[in-house]
Amino acid sequence: MTRAALQALLSHWVRAPFQLLTLLIGLATATALWSGVQAINAEARKSYDQAASGIGAGAEAVLTAEGGVAQATFIRLRRAGWPVTPVLEGQIDTPAGPLRLLGLDAFTLPAGELPGDAGGTGTGEGAAPALDFITPPGQLLVAPATEEDLAGTDLPPRVAAQGVPPGTAYADLGIAQRLLDRDDVGRLLVLGPPAIGAPPLADLAPELSSAAPDAQADLGRLTDSFHLNLTAFGLLSFAVGLFIVRGAIGLAFEQRRQMFRTLRALGLSCARLLSLLTAELLILALVAGAMGVALGWLMASLLIPDVAATLRGLYGARVPGALTLSPSWWLSGLAIAVLGTAVAAAASLWRTAAMPLLAPAQPRAWARASESALRLQGAAALACLAVAGIAWGGFDGLVAGFVLLGALLVAAALLLPVALHLVLGGLARTARGPRSEWFWADTRQQLPGLGLALMALLLALSTNIGVGTMVSSFRLTFAGWLDQRLAAELYVRADSDAQGDEIRAYLAPRTRAILPIRSVEADLAGVAGEIVGVADHPTYSENWPLVAAAPDVWPRVNAGRAVLVNEQFARRTGRWPGDTVALPGWDAPIAGVYSDYGNPRPQAMVGLDRFAIMFPDAPDRQFGLRLDPGDVADLRADILDRFGLPPDQVTDQASVKALSLSVFDRTFTVTAALNVLTLGVAGLAILTSLLTIATMRQPQLAPVWALGLTRTRLARLEVLRALMLAGLTFLAAIPVGLVLAWVLLAVINVEAFGWRLPMHLFPLDWLRLLALSALAAALAAALPARRLSRTPPAELLKVFAHER
Amino acid sequence: MPTPLLSVSNLSKSFPGADGPVPVLRGVGFELGAGHTLALTGESGSGKSTLLHVVGGLDTPDEGRVVLDGTDVGALDDAGRARLRRETVSVVFQQFNLIPSLDVGRNIAFQARLAGRHDPDWAARLAERLGLTAHLAKYPEQLSGGQQQRVAIGRTLAARPRLVLADEPTGNLDETTGAQVLELMLGLVAETGAALLCVTHSADLASRMERRLHLAGGRIA
Amino acid sequence: MNARITRRTLLLSALPGAAMAQGFAGLGAGSGDFAVPQPGTGFAFPRDHGPHPDFRIEWWYVTANLAMPDGTPCGLQWTLFRSALATGGGAGWATPQAWLGHAAVTTPERHMAAERLARGGIGQAGVTAAPFDAWIDDWRMSGPSLSAVRLQAATPDFAYDLRLATDRPFVPQGEDGYSVKSAEGQASNYYSQPFYAADGTVTLDGETSRVTGRAWLDREWSSSPLARTQTGWDWFSLHLDTGEKVMGFRLRDTGGAPYTSATWITPDGTPTPYGDGAFSAEPLETAQVAGRDIPVRWRVRLSDRGLDAEVAAINDAAWMDLGFPYWEGPVGIGGSHDGIGYLEMTGYD
Repeated sequence: MTRAALQALLSHWVRAPFQLLTLLIGLATATALWSGVQAINAEARKSYDQAASGIGAGAEAVLTAEGGVAQATFIRLRRAGWPVTPVLEGQIDTPAGPLRLLGLDAFTLPAGELPGDAGGTGTGEGAAPALDFITPPGQLLVAPATEEDLAGTDLPPRVAAQGVPPGTAYADLGIAQRLLDRDDVGRLLVLGPPAIGAPPLADLAPELSSAAPDAQADLGRLTDSFHLNLTAFGLLSFAVGLFIVRGAIGLAFEQRRQMFRTLRALGLSCARLLSLLTAELLILALVAGAMGVALGWLMASLLIPDVAATLRGLYGARVPGALTLSPSWWLSGLAIAVLGTAVAAAASLWRTAAMPLLAPAQPRAWARASESALRLQGAAALACLAVAGIAWGGFDGLVAGFVLLGALLVAAALLLPVALHLVLGGLARTARGPRSEWFWADTRQQLPGLGLALMALLLALSTNIGVGTMVSSFRLTFAGWLDQRLAAELYVRADSDAQGDEIRAYLAPRTRAILPIRSVEADLAGVAGEIVGVADHPTYSENWPLVAAAPDVWPRVNAGRAVLVNEQFARRTGRWPGDTVALPGWDAPIAGVYSDYGNPRPQAMVGLDRFAIMFPDAPDRQFGLRLDPGDVADLRADILDRFGLPPDQVTDQASVKALSLSVFDRTFTVTAALNVLTLGVAGLAILTSLLTIATMRQPQLAPVWALGLTRTRLARLEVLRALMLAGLTFLAAIPVGLVLAWVLLAVINVEAFGWRLPMHLFPLDWLRLLALSALAAALAAALPARRLSRTPPAELLKVFAHER
Repeated sequence: MPTPLLSVSNLSKSFPGADGPVPVLRGVGFELGAGHTLALTGESGSGKSTLLHVVGGLDTPDEGRVVLDGTDVGALDDAGRARLRRETVSVVFQQFNLIPSLDVGRNIAFQARLAGRHDPDWAARLAERLGLTAHLAKYPEQLSGGQQQRVAIGRTLAARPRLVLADEPTGNLDETTGAQVLELMLGLVAETGAALLCVTHSADLASRMERRLHLAGGRIA
Repeated sequence: MNARITRRTLLLSALPGAAMAQGFAGLGAGSGDFAVPQPGTGFAFPRDHGPHPDFRIEWWYVTANLAMPDGTPCGLQWTLFRSALATGGGAGWATPQAWLGHAAVTTPERHMAAERLARGGIGQAGVTAAPFDAWIDDWRMSGPSLSAVRLQAATPDFAYDLRLATDRPFVPQGEDGYSVKSAEGQASNYYSQPFYAADGTVTLDGETSRVTGRAWLDREWSSSPLARTQTGWDWFSLHLDTGEKVMGFRLRDTGGAPYTSATWITPDGTPTPYGDGAFSAEPLETAQVAGRDIPVRWRVRLSDRGLDAEVAAINDAAWMDLGFPYWEGPVGIGGSHDGIGYLEMTGYD
């Protein structure tokens, strides 16, 4: 019985292969987008974890000294009972690019810190590799991808190890000293409390300064925003994909109602029928899930180089450009496919379970849009809006920002059918003539069937508009900011202070102004950041992009009586003009706040004279040059030639801008790709919805045809209807998208990056998007319309015939 | 004898079957004068519905001529046949006659408006005669089968066609409802002066027509 | 290539522990390029108090049986292991000499242990013979000579600081310092100083107490002290109340009966070595310690000297939960003789 019933149930798919394809494609696409994004996130997170937990994450403090901690100091602290371990960090240039080298002492490093530590039993080969690691030429522990990059270089032998951040090599400290040509031990990590009776650090080594372990731990927080962004996109795409699945499953169930009834009448119990259907869905979900996971892998592999570039550009985080996926990722991909299928099929299964044995087996040609269902949907939308309001008003933080975003989008999606219902009702009232009256009424009646697809389209469109507006606004602001900020025509970095003086002396008569650029790493109100010296020159006072300023800001800064801080610092700490900021040795009044895009760290600007007094040892070898733009090329060639500087140390304004903008554009490549994918999935959702509806449309269209409309005319109206609905949805998407953009610019950006951006509108982009969505709708409608125009009359007549 | 409203001659039509074309009509010919009624009877598969479809411009013949109100139906293109359906003939099917997205009032007026001869008074009178006045704002799915057929009849007659085609108009209704609907239809058809071609396998219904043609194996018996 | 350059590998490579030898291939393996102990070599002091880098492994191993002012017994352990990853080799960071320190304090209620790991060559750990100084980080045993040393160890949780002194000679174990460990002839160079009087302080749980008592030093170096089939050992160092000292060990063997060895030391420091079979130790009772069954009460016999005593742990839980775990703690002696001592048991995994 079971076998026969299953055969009967599955025979449906043989007869309706396209439906099967739709279901599989929808589910696979949804799974692919979701798991692809997950793969990217997982890869990146793994890198941060490695970077963060790899070395010194558990350290209580970091001890540093100018010029690095002396080896004797390290030994002195150890012999006084302090659990310290050295980390000597440096960079070596390789043909494959710069390699970050970390010299470590495996003897004093806590267990488990060196990659590959877990599970080593040490039997057998124990001693030999350890010996090779610490005795010359030593070994470099690198990530597998880095090992490949370094193939053929004359560095010490590389050993691939999981868990080493990309572009990084771990070596024994002695080997690192050799490679970096240093005799100090870099910095010391304090791993725990000292032994009983150990003297205080200040007595043992007053030359050391202690700080909380920094930087890498912050990476997670900083990059969170980016990943939350990706996750939101992944979830959105998954939801959009599920609309397709819901459509296909709903159709497959509707069309088999008669079969269900027959099977039930023949003695198949309801429970058995349901379990067979569930098994069928499970199989389909697993097949589609496997396809989806494979596609997701493909997508992630294609996108991850851009993601890696983005993270490097935005946050300096290093992520490998290749994927290594765990079995759990594959499993979770399958799980999400099954879960998605369950969500999409729940209603159909429920309806089948509740179907009376003698229910009419006729597929329900449609459900008339019921006012009560719409009211319910409207109420749900209002509830979502309330959630959004609470998230906005009541909570801070990135997560609240994304909750606001998500709730707004869901509310908008839920409201769409309600809004379309009202709009179409209004349009119907303006209709003159029976055809247009029918057209509007019929369109309105299609809403329940097309609603899901239109909601998917709305989400995709408004996301496109919102993210597009955000990115374009950002780009416009960024470009303008670059123009202000890169006011000098030429930037020079000398190799040493002495050479800097030489160059300055040479350039003095050849330029209009030389603006020294000096900076030091320092604490701002207890947070690690940077202090920059700013020259007293109109270049700054006339161009520098200030977002907030006290009166006389520039005279005060130039006189060394006040400082400027960057926007992210101001927003994070709530310090604005009128407040003060604790700099080393100076509680400095803040006179202004400047925008500082692309910099995750706090920064303050101090008048150059005061800076020189505060930090006499700060390097003084960088400057901006003011000269006639026409002279830039010649002077640059002259400087390069005369002082033998590498080309990248003498850069003109235009190339810096071009470089910055290219970094910026690359940053949003992934966003753009996901945008396009989401829109594609929405297009697919419309196509499958229309195809689904098309088979149920005959009873609706046949009477109209019989009353004197040609099939061609009807087909044209079908296309027009799809275009019109897409157009209306697009109109709805504009305000939603703009709200989204506002949230991104004014809420998410502030939380994630610490800057707020002005919003600009780009109507031309909207027109392009409108054309794109119209094209998608037209293409989607074309196939069922074409089929309609070619339906033989006998086929339409069957609607009225006895046999039916 | 005046030119008949409908003249059918030597009409043949076959449908594709598993073993080649299956002939459904084999050289059928008859005439129907304006204002007259004709019953078309026969077993299932005798070709009577197909004959009605061809006459109504819903389908095309393989061979033979159909001249309706002076128009050679076989010579019309798709658009021409559509106009014919809008303006000259009107069909009452056994079921699913109505446009689900329009309410009863609009369904009744629909064809008349397509044909450009909508008369609100006449439509209102029809609705009243058909007992539909209380249901004008309802949608087809909210009506019973008998009510739906009455709407279909109202729609047909509201358009004042020259020829009314009915395909088992009461086939889906119980006997009492069927009889009521039939009475209404015959009375109203007579009032409008339209000709009626009614396909049925009910001898009772057929007996109410002026003439009867029996179709067997695609031929007039 | 499999990256086994791990801290654990280093730790294990560094572990000289014949004392904790079970399963560690380096100890069962051949001695390779390393020097091998030869019978009849004898010792030359103070030179032999210093390291012997040509041998793979070596240790300076102190145990002390002390008492607090209220009579509570308190055991201390201070051990410095040297392990050579290779013979010869470089200086500074590139040295193949690895060092490992273990320190522990045991009372009837408490047992705490810690370890330190370092490499030689950079000054973080090492030993000099004269003046005597042995250290790893802040743990240190320094004398003017090895007959009068200060012994220090400290961790965030416990610390001790003792003075050890004796006027008795160092006692060679085995045949003139050549201590055979298996029937196949594995051996080590081995001498002891069992006569230290100890006096100092112990800090435990934030309280510092005066302690006095006895201490015992074992010095041993070798390159492959165990046979492949030997899985662990039970090692006794006993201070008898009569003034004699007894060193006895039992090397357990998967291939058959354990290999035993013992030395009877008279109060003036004269040793009498006993070969395989003369000494016996049999477990009487085990306790669940760290998820293992550990013998905590023993019957030890050396019939030739009329020794037939019961040795019982003062604290059953003296588990050294370190990079390489073993049991080590103070014991009490009763039966034919009374006394105190230390017991070390390895290979109970």
